Amino acid sequence: MTAAHTIDALDTLESEAIHIFREVAGEFDRPVILFSGGKDSTLLVHLAAKAFAPAPIPFPLLHVDTGHNYPEVIEFRDALAARLGLRLEVAHVQDWIDDGRLTERADGTRNPLQTIPLLDSIVEKKFDAVFGGGRRDEERARAKERVMSLRDAFGRWDPRKQRPELWNLYNGRHAAGEHVRVFPISNWTELDVWRYIQREGIELPSIYYSHQREVFKRDGMWLAEGPWGGPRGAEALELRTVRYRTVGDGSCTGAVESTATTLDEVIAEVTASRLTERGATRADDRMSEAAMEDRKREGYF
Amino acid sequence: MGRDLLRFATAGSVDDGKSTLVGRLLYDTKSVLADQIEAVQRASVDKGLTTPDLSLLVDGLRAEREQGITIDVAYRYFGTPTREFVLADTPGHVQYTRNTVTGASTAELAVLLVDARHGVVEQTRRHAAVLALLRVPRLVLAINKIDLVDYDQAVLEAIGKEFAGLARSLGFPDDAVVTIPVSALVGDNVVDRSAHTPWYEGPTLLGHLESVPVTGPEADAPFRLPVQYVIRPRTEELHDYRGYAGQIASGTVRPGDEVVVLPGGHRTTVASVETADGPLEAAHAGRSVTVLLTDDIDLSRGDVIAAAAAPPRVTDELDATLCWLAEKPLRPGARLLLKHGTRTTQVIVGELRDRLDTDTFAREVPDQLEINDIGRVHLRTADPLPVDDYADIRVTGGFLLIDPPTGNTLAAGLVGDPLVLVDLPSRAPSTPGP
Repeated sequence: MTAAHTIDALDTLESEAIHIFREVAGEFDRPVILFSGGKDSTLLVHLAAKAFAPAPIPFPLLHVDTGHNYPEVIEFRDALAARLGLRLEVAHVQDWIDDGRLTERADGTRNPLQTIPLLDSIVEKKFDAVFGGGRRDEERARAKERVMSLRDAFGRWDPRKQRPELWNLYNGRHAAGEHVRVFPISNWTELDVWRYIQREGIELPSIYYSHQREVFKRDGMWLAEGPWGGPRGAEALELRTVRYRTVGDGSCTGAVESTATTLDEVIAEVTASRLTERGATRADDRMSEAAMEDRKREGYF
Repeated sequence: MGRDLLRFATAGSVDDGKSTLVGRLLYDTKSVLADQIEAVQRASVDKGLTTPDLSLLVDGLRAEREQGITIDVAYRYFGTPTREFVLADTPGHVQYTRNTVTGASTAELAVLLVDARHGVVEQTRRHAAVLALLRVPRLVLAINKIDLVDYDQAVLEAIGKEFAGLARSLGFPDDAVVTIPVSALVGDNVVDRSAHTPWYEGPTLLGHLESVPVTGPEADAPFRLPVQYVIRPRTEELHDYRGYAGQIASGTVRPGDEVVVLPGGHRTTVASVETADGPLEAAHAGRSVTVLLTDDIDLSRGDVIAAAAAPPRVTDELDATLCWLAEKPLRPGARLLLKHGTRTTQVIVGELRDRLDTDTFAREVPDQLEINDIGRVHLRTADPLPVDDYADIRVTGGFLLIDPPTGNTLAAGLVGDPLVLVDLPSRAPSTPGP
C-alpha cells in the first residue's frame, strides 16, 4: 500500500454520500430532500450540490414546518434555497390543525405532529425517494436503519423486514404508493459533521453559535419563549449565553449553555461534551426507552 | 492528511460476549456519553443486575432488549486520535449468514469471537467460511472470557493454533490473521494491555485496529468506474459538458489514461478527472469523481469505464456463488432481477451446481437453495455485463438478486468461486454441553 491510497475519513464519508445521491438520481423519478435549515439538512444540500456540480441539484426541497420556528433559521432556509435556485415546498403543520386533520397536543409539542403532513406531502407530490439527514450515531434505533429504507403505503418502518444492504449496491425498488427514505450521512458522527462544516466553510444559521437569549428551564433543558407555551407556573425567563446543538420544534428543542462563538470552539465543545446531542437537547427522545423507534415505525423521519 | 477510516465487522456465536466486547470498545475509547451510560445503568438496575450490562449499549430495538438478543446488523461509531471506525455489529444466531454477509460486505477487517472455554466451535467455522467467501481482507480471532480459564497460556495458544489451521484451509494468508486473548467483561487486552497475560506479546485489539491498513486489494487492481449518472449542465458556457459520474470501484485514474467503455467496447482517453472542488491529478478506489472523456461516445448509466489494458470480461453467462438470504427458496429456472454495479437486468437461474455444508465444508448437489445456504449456480442474463471475479475486485464481482414482484433482495452474488478450500482439517469436536 502506498500513502497515496490513504483517504482522509471525511473524504471517505463525502464520497459515500455523493455516491448515494447519484444512485437515487439515477434510479428514482421524484426524489426530494427534507430541508429544515438545520445543520444536518444544510450539510445534505451541500453534498448534493457537490454530487451534481457543475449542474444544479436535480431535486426540490421539502420542509415540514411546525410553525414553532426560530426566525433566523427560516430566513436562512429561504436564502439557501434561493441562492441554489431550488424549489422549496413547505408543508405547514398549522394547515393540518386548521382543517381538523391534526389536533394540537396538550403539551403544545408539535414534533410528533410532523409525521402526517410529511406522509400527506409524499403522497400528494408523488415523491418516491425522500432524503433525510438521519445519522446512525444519533440513537440506538437509528443504528439499525438502512441507508435506503423502504416505507410502505402508510409510511411505516418495519425493522424486521429491512433489506440486507450489501457492498455499495443499494436496492431502491418499491411498489406504487411505497417510497424509500434515503440517509446519505448515515455513517457520519456529530463530530464528523462539524469538522466537515469547518473544512468546507459551510454557512449555518446563527443559533448554532453562542448568543444571548431569554430562556426558561423545563425538565432540565433551556427552552426559549414562544407560541408553544411557556414559561408557565414557576418557570422564569432569564438571560443566558447559549447555543443550539440541534434545531427542531421550539417546544422540545433545548439550548445548551455555551460560549462557543466559532467553529473551532464548537468542535472543542462537542469533543469534550459528555451528552449526546439528542440526549442533551431533545425532549421528544427522552419520553421513553424506545421513543425514536416508535416514531420511526409510524413514519417519522 | 487527517485521520483515516476503517470499516470492520464483528461476528461470533450467541454467548461469546460480542455485545459486551463492542460495549467495552465503545466504553474504553470514551465513545459512550454520559446520558447513554446513565440509560444503561437505569436499565441494568431494572433488570436486577448489580454491575452495568455493557451489552445494553448496543442492543437497539425493543424486542432485542426484551429478549436479550441482537436481531439485525447495527452500526457503531468510535474514534481515536489516529483513526475513525465504523463497526458493523452482526448478530450470531438468527439468520447468521444473512447478517454476517451484510456486515462483511463492506468490511476491511473482521473480528471473530470465540469463548475461551469452548474454543473453535461449529459456529466459528461457519462464520470464518462466510468471511473467507466474502473476501474480508483481514481477520482477528478474539478469544474472549480468558478470565474464565484463568488466563491459561496453553489453553489459549491451542485455540489460536487450531484457528490458524482453519483460516489457512479457508485461504487466508498467514499474515492476514491475528489472534488476541481478551476479556471483554473486565477489559483485558481490548483497549488496555492485560497484566494477566505477560506471555502475550501481540497488540491489544484496539492497537491492532489502529494500525492495520484500511484499504483492500482493490487499491492496486485495474481501474473500474461504474457510471451512475451523466452530468449535463446544458448552460451556455458548459454547453458541451458531459461528465460521467461514479465511485471508483478499483484502481487509480489519471488524465491521459487509455480506457474502454463496456459493454459497448469503445476505446478512448480520460480527458480529466473532476470533483466539485476542481480537477484531480489522480483519483483512487473509493473516491466519487466525474470523468470527462476525449471522444464523444454514447455512454449512460450502467456502463463501466475500465482500464483498456486490463478490462473486465463481458458476458451474459455467469458462474457464481450465491448467499441465499430470503425465506423463499431458490429453484432452477427462476426468473429474477440482477443488480450489478449501476445496471439492473433480468436473469434466469440455470443449474444449481452445489450447496456448501458450512459444518463439514462438503459440497452436495441440492434441489433448491434455502435461507442461509451458500451454493454455486449458473446464471444467464438478458444484457451482457462487464464483470470481474469477486476474488479479484469485490465491487465489480458482487451483485444482488432481486425478487421482481416484491423488490426484495434475495441473494448476495459473487462472480466465480471466491472460496478456496485447501487441506481441510477434520471437523472440529462438538461443543461440550453445559
